[in-house]
Amino acid sequence: MELVNPGIGLIFWMALAFGLLLFILGKFVWPPVLRALHEREKSIELALHEADKAREEMKQLIFSNEQLMRQAEEERDALIRDARRVRESLIEEARQRANDEANRIIDNARERIHFEKMEAITELKNQIAHLSIEIAEKVLQKELSQPGRQKEFVQKSIDEMNLN
Amino acid sequence: MKKGLLFIFLLLSGLFAYPAPAAAGTGSGESHDEAFNAGHLIIDHIVDSHEWHIATIGHTHITIPLPVILIDQGKLHVFSSSKFHHGHDAYKGFKIETERNANKGKIVKVIPGTMQTDTSASKPIDLSITKNVVGIFVSFLVLLFIFFSVAKAYKRNPGHAPKGIQSVLEPLILFIRDEVAKPSIGKHYEKFMPFLLTMFFFIFFTNLIGLIPVFPGGANVTGNIGVTLVLALFTFMMTSFSGNKSYWQHIFNAPGVPWWLKFPIPLFPIIEIIGVVVKPFVLMIRLFANITAGHIIVLGFISLIFVFSQISPMLGYGVSVVSVFFAIFISVLELLVAFIQAYVFTLLSALYFGMATEEHAHAEEHH
Repeated sequence: MELVNPGIGLIFWMALAFGLLLFILGKFVWPPVLRALHEREKSIELALHEADKAREEMKQLIFSNEQLMRQAEEERDALIRDARRVRESLIEEARQRANDEANRIIDNARERIHFEKMEAITELKNQIAHLSIEIAEKVLQKELSQPGRQKEFVQKSIDEMNLN
Repeated sequence: MKKGLLFIFLLLSGLFAYPAPAAAGTGSGESHDEAFNAGHLIIDHIVDSHEWHIATIGHTHITIPLPVILIDQGKLHVFSSSKFHHGHDAYKGFKIETERNANKGKIVKVIPGTMQTDTSASKPIDLSITKNVVGIFVSFLVLLFIFFSVAKAYKRNPGHAPKGIQSVLEPLILFIRDEVAKPSIGKHYEKFMPFLLTMFFFIFFTNLIGLIPVFPGGANVTGNIGVTLVLALFTFMMTSFSGNKSYWQHIFNAPGVPWWLKFPIPLFPIIEIIGVVVKPFVLMIRLFANITAGHIIVLGFISLIFVFSQISPMLGYGVSVVSVFFAIFISVLELLVAFIQAYVFTLLSALYFGMATEEHAHAEEHH
């Protein structure tokens, strides 16, 4: 019976002590503790979130880097290809030009040679004509040194002219 | 571990070394060879008392006298309980009832000049600082000391990992918040957190202190129905004051219930109101019974030694080995019970708060 027959004093002191405890702890202890816990959780969550974000950004960065690299490679390949083509075309052109030039030079040379030859031939002809006339003159001089012969010669030349 | 066991053994053996004469020695007229009564010993150890009994050696009681505060017919009497001489004397017309009746252990009036209980006189209002009140104050101070230092630790290094005692208590605080308050109450849980935390730690710490066999521990505070009554009343008042409209509507005029269950005989409201009262009542009984049972079992095992030693001293020595082993086992089990009962009390309080603040957006669908 004593077990379930509590004293009024105990109930009074218990109510007082527990009420006071509730008030003091509820006013000075639990709010800062719960707030600190909450804030810490929030900051941890934030940190985790930021780490996640950083990782995501890193991934993005790596991806974009790769893309950039790939692009650069493609560009490089294109450049090389272009350069090769340009080189080939340049070489081709140069060859063409060189050929043309050579042909031109050869033609020029041929022309020159032809011209020179013609000149030489003309010169030769003139020389021969000159020589012939000189020889003829000498021959005539010698022939016509005799008076009789002069007359005969003139006559003969006149005759020939008439025939024309 | 070995040292700890030895220590517990010494404590227990020191405490209960002479309980047989102690039980026999109450009341001057009793004979010294009165048979050892385990029931009386156990009850005397677990109920409240006006003095803190530590040990009895021969006929000398080693006790800590506690102040007696009485209000009798508007007059205040304050004196030390040592004036009663362990119940042997009357003082200022008061005495401690030693007869094993309904008032055993309470302060009653005596017929002037005698030691006879004046059954016709009104009982004085007893506001004494009893053993359990001291136990409550001890818990109060321990809680204040520990939690102020914890709060200071939180303020000193905010946002850092807990240190020292803070790291011991933080999991418990988080446990109450995340496993008890949040799932049971829902979104309004923050309002009830200070109450739940105070309730949990008060019960838990008081249970633990009650397991320490020597002063200032050992008072059976949470195993006293007056203490659990107050705790349950706090929960009851919190539930009632925070109950919202739909909570009260469900009690007095539950929607979806046929009208003939409410009128002319308000059968359903009556059942609901009984439920409201039974909830804290069950809280009170559960905590009281569990903690008291733990103390009774430990004391029972210790008493076994003396029961057997009355048959033969050698038998007593033999049984003591087994008894002490079982007492230690039960004490360790009680450590678990100390936590579980604090948890259950808090959890059920939280559930009641959850019921009181639940919002029935679709009241019809619940029935």
